[in-house]
Amino acid sequence: MSLPPAAVTPPRASTHEVKHTTCYMCACRCGIQVTLKEGRVRFIQGNPNHPVNQGVLCAKGSAGIMKQYSPAKLKQPLRRKPGTERGAGEFEAISWDEALEVLTQRLAHLRATDPKKLAFFTGRDQMQALTGLWAQQFGTPNWSAHGGFCSVNMAAAGLYSIGYSFWEFGAPDWDRAKYFLLWGVAEDHASNPIKIGLDKLKRNGAKFVSVNPVRTGYSAIADEWLPVRPGTDGLLALSMVHVLLKNELFDWEFLVRYTNAPWLVVQTPGQAGDGLFLRDAEGRPLVWDQKTNALASGLDVGVAPALFGTYTAPDGRTLRTVMSLAAERYLDDRYAPAQVAAECGVPAATIERIAREMAHVAFQETITLPIAWTDVYGRQHDHVVGRPVAMYAMRGVSAHTNGFQSCRALHLIQMLLGALEGPGNFRSRAPFPKPIPPVQLPENDASVMNAVNTPLGRTPLGFPTRPEDLAIDAQGRPLRIDKAYSWESPLAAHGVMHMVIANAVAGDPYPIDTLMLFMANMAWNSSMNTAAVQGMLREKRDDGEYKIPYIVVSDAFHSETVNFADLVLPDTTYLERFDAISLLDRPISEPDAVADAIRHPILQPDRDVRAFQEVLVDLAGRLKFPAFVTPEGAPKYTGYPDFIVNYERAPGIGFLAGWRGKEGTLPLRGAPNPKQWEAYIENEAFFTHHWADNQKYMRFVNRDYQQAAVEAGFIGKVEPLIMQIWSEPLQKFRLAGQGLYDGPCPTEPEDRARLTQYFDPLPTWYPPIGASAPAQTASSTATQLDQAFPFSAITQRPMVMYHAWDSQNAWLRQILAQNFLYMNTAMAAQLGLKDFDWVWVESHHSKVRCQLKTMEGVESGTVWTWNAIGKQAGAWGLDQQASEATHGFLLNHLISESLPPRVGERRMTNSDPITGQAAWFDLRVRITRADESGVWPTFAPIQRLPEDTAERPLVLRYGQPGGDA
Amino acid sequence: MKRGLVIDLDTCVGCHACAVACKEWNGDSALSGPLADYEPYGAAPSGVWFNRVRHYETGVYPENKTVNVPMSCMHCEEADCVTVCPTGASYKREDGIVLVNQEQCMGCNLCTWACPYGARELDTASGTVKKCTLCADRIDDTLLPPQDRQPACVLACPAHARHFGDFDDPQSQVSQLVAERGGVTMLPELGYQPVNRYLPPRNAPKVSVMTTPDSASLMHKVSGWINKMIER
Repeated sequence: MSLPPAAVTPPRASTHEVKHTTCYMCACRCGIQVTLKEGRVRFIQGNPNHPVNQGVLCAKGSAGIMKQYSPAKLKQPLRRKPGTERGAGEFEAISWDEALEVLTQRLAHLRATDPKKLAFFTGRDQMQALTGLWAQQFGTPNWSAHGGFCSVNMAAAGLYSIGYSFWEFGAPDWDRAKYFLLWGVAEDHASNPIKIGLDKLKRNGAKFVSVNPVRTGYSAIADEWLPVRPGTDGLLALSMVHVLLKNELFDWEFLVRYTNAPWLVVQTPGQAGDGLFLRDAEGRPLVWDQKTNALASGLDVGVAPALFGTYTAPDGRTLRTVMSLAAERYLDDRYAPAQVAAECGVPAATIERIAREMAHVAFQETITLPIAWTDVYGRQHDHVVGRPVAMYAMRGVSAHTNGFQSCRALHLIQMLLGALEGPGNFRSRAPFPKPIPPVQLPENDASVMNAVNTPLGRTPLGFPTRPEDLAIDAQGRPLRIDKAYSWESPLAAHGVMHMVIANAVAGDPYPIDTLMLFMANMAWNSSMNTAAVQGMLREKRDDGEYKIPYIVVSDAFHSETVNFADLVLPDTTYLERFDAISLLDRPISEPDAVADAIRHPILQPDRDVRAFQEVLVDLAGRLKFPAFVTPEGAPKYTGYPDFIVNYERAPGIGFLAGWRGKEGTLPLRGAPNPKQWEAYIENEAFFTHHWADNQKYMRFVNRDYQQAAVEAGFIGKVEPLIMQIWSEPLQKFRLAGQGLYDGPCPTEPEDRARLTQYFDPLPTWYPPIGASAPAQTASSTATQLDQAFPFSAITQRPMVMYHAWDSQNAWLRQILAQNFLYMNTAMAAQLGLKDFDWVWVESHHSKVRCQLKTMEGVESGTVWTWNAIGKQAGAWGLDQQASEATHGFLLNHLISESLPPRVGERRMTNSDPITGQAAWFDLRVRITRADESGVWPTFAPIQRLPEDTAERPLVLRYGQPGGDA
Repeated sequence: MKRGLVIDLDTCVGCHACAVACKEWNGDSALSGPLADYEPYGAAPSGVWFNRVRHYETGVYPENKTVNVPMSCMHCEEADCVTVCPTGASYKREDGIVLVNQEQCMGCNLCTWACPYGARELDTASGTVKKCTLCADRIDDTLLPPQDRQPACVLACPAHARHFGDFDDPQSQVSQLVAERGGVTMLPELGYQPVNRYLPPRNAPKVSVMTTPDSASLMHKVSGWINKMIER
């Protein structure tokens, strides 16, 4: 019965060719080893040396083979067939020469007449440093990537509070944390690093608490699950703040030294200047020095600032410390656990206990590492202290109209515990931390934006600090098509992409000519109100022209959005192109090492496709962007690889930080190295620079780190980066809302009301705005809303498709090709519903019909489904009968891009009023049994593209000659 | 020698990385590839997998828990799937790995019925039964670097919830893990003596709460909070 092993020894895999590159299926950007067999992909595995994934790989990464060989791949440039209607899917193939010539002519005309008529928005790409530079050089402010509908609340809340942020600018110290709180992270963020980290925590005996309405994915293995009601995370966090303050469980030293808790706030309610810091003649914030009993600079050392107290300014104005104001705010009974328990769905005793457990770990299990370091004042320290409580947070906090302030509430807990940037904490990743907020203002000069054939003076996106920084005209009207940086979304640091189509079609604030989209499925799962958005894309003016006259789409695959293009620019796959995963963009650094990476073609395309990066560099030369042409006007770069090597943002600083200098010997900064790509390829496609021990912690005041960061161009100078509990920029906007700001103030009552209510300089909580129903007034109560639409409805991406903008993968769809609406078992029984019942899900805006399943692991007032499983029939290379089209559904139809209209108010974005973050998760619904079956709404099938002759085999046998599509 | 897997149910997040890595490696393996995918772009996609991740819930809300359980061949010591095979295609190697010789298999399916774990699948395209090989063509390949001579699922697992080794060696990592964590077999009462072990979820760590005397409550002291002398 037994045979020796030799009997079955097959041809050896080790004889195949192995190449290293970087995965592209999500924002993790793991290092991969690709084994090739006779020029085809045989095996993709994690690169064990790579800092991000350390050898492991997720399901998507392994399934990259089926992405590479997907029949949905676009094959050549296409244009909408003349005489056919947009969205009818009638295309004809054209050459690249013709496609680029047509596009160049159109764009050159816009650039020479009204550059803002080009709106250039990109989806889940990883090259925003290039696309942003391109838009800036074109001269249009109308550019952003998908952050506005993804995670801007997390990024902005962190960058306006602590100098780094959840999202990609920080990571928990998995090796040393003893207590870990995960807020609103389903299965859909930081895939492999979180999984690697959770295993480390568990092996080390740390406690893992998950705050999430749904218990799947990471929450499945949490030691404790807090099924919070959607949209109440901020209230829950502030109740923990209440417990910490009430019991004096906070880190006095951290607050005095590293936060603005002791800074003095002017108290002149109803008058200009109220709520701003008292500053000296040099603009330095002042504290009350207990040694001299006098005012002193809050940035100086040697003073002993009072953390609490009420003082009087020389001019007689009353002053209070930030900490006094904060304590007064959060000690109020409003935040007592017993008060918030019902709203949050978490018992009061649990809130109290979790706060005290965190305090115990922070203060009684403190870590001390014998690492000497020097602070920015030049003082030597012989150790670092860690209060080993770490947090991470994402979509569940982010995707609400109160997400920015809720995330600030999480950072407040971290500041009170002194649990930032030390061992065991949430730690920064280079190029962060940066000044709070980063010193980068968005372009907001209308004359610059309107200047023809002229680049913008500044990048389109940045971090406003006061009303003067808004991108509005003299009448207060938005200058950007998405209304980012207007009174409606003042701190829209990632743009407001989900409003672009609706605004452009409404001509509000103005019409555009060309919409250029890259890798963004705006005609389907990336838009709210999907069916109506498809209608908008088809809408015409009285003269018969489309309201958005020209739509250019670049993608590698046949998405629902490609179907609405007038011009299709087919992209390569990630295995077929050069790419820079740049520190100028979304970094992949780890807390202990700065890192960047590349992709390079390990396969040659078998189709007439070009990498979108190449197309952008090509167009930039054709359009004669100053940064892309020689003084004589000839293209400066031979292509994207040449651009990446030779472009310098500042002397010695380019897209790639590794192997710089003529000899390729310099890390981080140095002259361009003509052999830089080769150096990356020789070094497994990534670069790391490890920080010395004395540079690893307390980087907001760490001199040795900051000196290196200045040299690398991450920050401008060595200076203390003081964390901001009280946000003066927010208070300036609030003063503008109150008409008390000495500068621009809004004139419309809705703007005044929003700024006054939401721009609270202290972290605050308010019920999600988007949950309100149409017929109701601003004063309608939460109870009334609960009765009309009793359920919160949320979504998550399954781990096997996390952050994927496509899910046609032949292997992954075997794991999940139909989504259900999941409801708490007991709740379903109460409503007389059971598994596989068809139900109507109705919001104030619309309704969908779908199939129900029950489960224990969902908060009883919440329903949820997998996002973006539903597909339009015929898209993504799938058969028209694919279950994604016949049984899958989107909740997007239920969500309006605008808030429910209120009498007398203008159309207002369904977004966080501070950042413009799309409020996907504010959705409230009611659920009733459907008499009919089948999903609704349904959509007409998308036709196959010309020359799409790829077989859709009934049986696929990958690896067999001719066995793959 | 008794080779098999240890699967840690405490850290398995149910991400299917193991299942897809397995599909990928074995899909083009000379041992049993290719693995058929039926209707890969059609109405009801399915296919041959050696490893499937099941998701279960225990308890009642809000005291419920979600458990993810990857299931593959247990490489049983008493492997009925081998005994019932009429052609001798199914066999157990000296190191304990249960394999199917694809040349000898006639696809009669007796073995799939004999397996209580659902670990064997009939590939209708090849007409043969296929199953987990523990990536015998990786672990035997001496040209691979030693750290790569592991099943694809073990290499891929992002939560490091999968471990491969020899259960006959008490010093091996798998033996040690089973001893430390109380590893269990699945359905032992059926008597097949499965080799693979599952590590049960750990008990939640006990964290003390920081208590404070009532007098420390500063609720009433906001206006007169006693400052400490802390230098910046």
